[in-house]
Amino acid sequence: MTTFTPTTSAETHSTVAWAAAEDSPLEILGHGSKRGIGRPQQSEHTLDLSKLSGVTLYEPAELVLSAKAGTRLAEIECLLAENGQQLAFEPMDYGPLLGGEPGRGTIGGVLAANLSGPRRLKAGAARDHILGISAVSGRGEAFKSGGRVVKNVTGYDLSKLMANSWGTLAVFTDVTFKVLPAAETEVTLAIRGLLDDHAAAAMALALGSSAEVSSAAHLPERVAARVADGSLGSDAATLLRIEGFGPSVAYRIAALKDLLKDAGPLQEISGPVSYSVWRDIRDCAPFAGGGGRPVWRVSMAPSQGHQMVLALRMQAAVDAFYDWQGGLIWLRMQQDDPEAGLLRGLIRRHGGGHATLVRATPSHRAAVPVFEPQAPQLAALSARLKAEFDPKNILNPGRMAAGAGSATLAAATEGGAQ
Amino acid sequence: MSGLAMPKPDGTTMRRRDEIVADMRIIVPGEGVVDAANAMRAFESDGLTAYRQLPLVVVLPQTVAQVSRVLKYCSDRNIRVVPRGSGTSLSGGALPLQDAVLLVMSRFNRILEIDFQNRVVVAQPGVTNLGITTAVEQEGFYYAPDPSSQIACSIGGNVAENSGGVHCLKYGLTANNVLGIEMVLMNGEVVRLGGSHLDAEGYDLLGVMTGSEGLLGVVTEVTVRILKKPETARALLIGFPTSEQAGQCVADIIGAGIIPGGMEMMDRPAIRAAEDFVHAGYPRDVEALLIVELDGPGVEVDHLIGLVEAIAYRNGSTTCRISQSEQERLSFWAGRKAAFPAVGRISPDYYCMDGTIPRKELPRVLAGMRELSEKYGLGVANVFHAGDGNLHPLILYDANVPGELEKAESFGADILRLCVKVGGVLTGEHGVGVEKRDLMPEMFSQIDLDQQMRVKCAFDPNHLLNPGKVFPQLRRCAELGRMHVHRGQVAFPDIPRF
Repeated sequence: MTTFTPTTSAETHSTVAWAAAEDSPLEILGHGSKRGIGRPQQSEHTLDLSKLSGVTLYEPAELVLSAKAGTRLAEIECLLAENGQQLAFEPMDYGPLLGGEPGRGTIGGVLAANLSGPRRLKAGAARDHILGISAVSGRGEAFKSGGRVVKNVTGYDLSKLMANSWGTLAVFTDVTFKVLPAAETEVTLAIRGLLDDHAAAAMALALGSSAEVSSAAHLPERVAARVADGSLGSDAATLLRIEGFGPSVAYRIAALKDLLKDAGPLQEISGPVSYSVWRDIRDCAPFAGGGGRPVWRVSMAPSQGHQMVLALRMQAAVDAFYDWQGGLIWLRMQQDDPEAGLLRGLIRRHGGGHATLVRATPSHRAAVPVFEPQAPQLAALSARLKAEFDPKNILNPGRMAAGAGSATLAAATEGGAQ
Repeated sequence: MSGLAMPKPDGTTMRRRDEIVADMRIIVPGEGVVDAANAMRAFESDGLTAYRQLPLVVVLPQTVAQVSRVLKYCSDRNIRVVPRGSGTSLSGGALPLQDAVLLVMSRFNRILEIDFQNRVVVAQPGVTNLGITTAVEQEGFYYAPDPSSQIACSIGGNVAENSGGVHCLKYGLTANNVLGIEMVLMNGEVVRLGGSHLDAEGYDLLGVMTGSEGLLGVVTEVTVRILKKPETARALLIGFPTSEQAGQCVADIIGAGIIPGGMEMMDRPAIRAAEDFVHAGYPRDVEALLIVELDGPGVEVDHLIGLVEAIAYRNGSTTCRISQSEQERLSFWAGRKAAFPAVGRISPDYYCMDGTIPRKELPRVLAGMRELSEKYGLGVANVFHAGDGNLHPLILYDANVPGELEKAESFGADILRLCVKVGGVLTGEHGVGVEKRDLMPEMFSQIDLDQQMRVKCAFDPNHLLNPGKVFPQLRRCAELGRMHVHRGQVAFPDIPRF
């Protein structure tokens, strides 16, 4: 068991080339903030990229930033903030939810997990902002894709293909992201005391208006008290974030208030409280702690989310809250959950989507598919891609699915209670 | 490129043409098969009209099952297939092959679902880009990517090309606005990616399909995100004595935290051609003209217009007009939108390029282009999506003068090499197709290209779908798949230590 800690792209390349030659599986790590996500691995060696660090290019006027893959996200966000810019997709920090420290995620991990946050609705995820990568495939071949300009259709977009690949296709050495100006002002409008279905209707109304709502979340009763140090109180809070230049924000908040005047009691939240509300929603802070009970992350059509949760509650005890207008559902199970099959079956019956078991014990993660199983043809296609990039299955083997590639629906139904 | 080498036609397929046509008629009955040469003429080229080729046969399926059966049939018999939407590609992506079935998706022309609550539209791939907006605009919604061919180009073709438009700096490309697709693989398998929800459960195959130029699968359904129309839009028309000043103005606007809905630049030859053609009121004495459009609530637009006007003044603008009415805003755009036909008036033919550069390199690239223009003895006019650095040089030539097309193509290739040299790329939105295929090595090493081809191998291991496009040289998947590293023979026999 060796831990390799390269400090250059060339050292990273030689490590992967060596592992490929030796048929020696590698666990790919930054600072390990998301190590607990995925099926447990038994890799012989560890490739620790935390020393492959540093911003290599930042040109604010060109809206572009490149960094070595192991650069801390926190460092990049600081640098951007100094220039009034940001990663608009607002990558979440899994650290606190998984029982670790905040601020340990790396920029490579942001792409590998295709992170995003509440602004996903309007601004997209990591996949929408990645411009280019340098990486080493499981064949030990160093390659690049994309570039450093914000508009580019030259060749296949391998950078996007790497989003959400969890280190199973290639090891990134450098990544280039599009960056954008940070909003001058942010104000959040809260509607208080709504049940889930009324909240979904209110959010749909707001998102269907021209108020340019950048984020819409619903924290049911009890969950609301667990963000921003309890400053929202415990009544359910349906939250709409408006960002932009001061005069525009004031105008759009007024328009939203008018639109939602009959929806329920309204409350304006601004400044540090608004920031910390959205940061806590982003990081799933309401479910951090809590004895490590299983947490699922579900993506569905926004109008379907609360209906699926209602159906789930008929059969299992869960805590839930909603982001992305109701389309992102965070679920905390009351006990060690046998309900993977139940949950996924309900998602399929409510228009489809996917569920990821983001927090669970290793034995639990070994027993159920952590990532959503795919239809057989799609799973086979994913497995063929994995075999093309990593034919010896040496990069995070088994993390996304038993064997190589991705879990199939058939495999899921074997173990799940359908 | 005029000496473009396409894959050698397969003699077996050519000899069996009658049988293949008859079988296609069984799979797609009725009017869905076109095999007469005069009727196939309509399909012999796409928007890159310098290249023409009649296909083996044209097939226009109407159902997913037919698409699947056609592809399976061709896959089993080693017959090549070229997919086509509306045929507006500017890079030859839909150029037929002599021995290939041309699979035309234009009969997939229905909108299947409009869901205002989740703000998505599900459309068949032959629906036009503008058709989606038309279907939802009565409720105040629209589909954001707006390539200039939007009245004709299909949404399936937009997925294949990852189409952009003048608003994409603020609202994104096709890849950022498509949530799901259904597609048929070359082996006939039907695969669904995404849906009305966000992000994928596994590898981002939707991301790699978008912009894959019809080489990976045939799209049979598309789910797109729609947006509420901005309340207002106003534009500024700003003239500068130099392109450097115009470029600095763009940088300063972005530096001030403003992302305009559209930001276009034209150089002097383009300004003059446009003004002569549509009399938009463009100033003739400036070296660079900027159109900056701001959209959103009225108070926001008014606020930002003030900021942009001040930035323009600080950068030495010599003229600055602000649209006072919708009519005036449209008149600012009239010249820009007519730039291509305007250039078509001053030259018998023009050749449109599509590189992207880091914006700060604009003066250097324009200077380089002037030198090349002298070297080749051909004029060039430039329109530029200034916000994102996407440059469209229009090379003026006369195809009736022997050798001028070849000269224009060499000039174009040199411009793209220059774009790559300054840190840019070969194509910002038009695609590689056949046009820039042989320039790919300017930007990518063989190893880089091999990784892209391996994606192709996972989807279509026998290179039957749209071969001869994108990749300068096809390598057999079996050869690509071989691991060239073996125990004891590698460069790193020992555990790396550092």
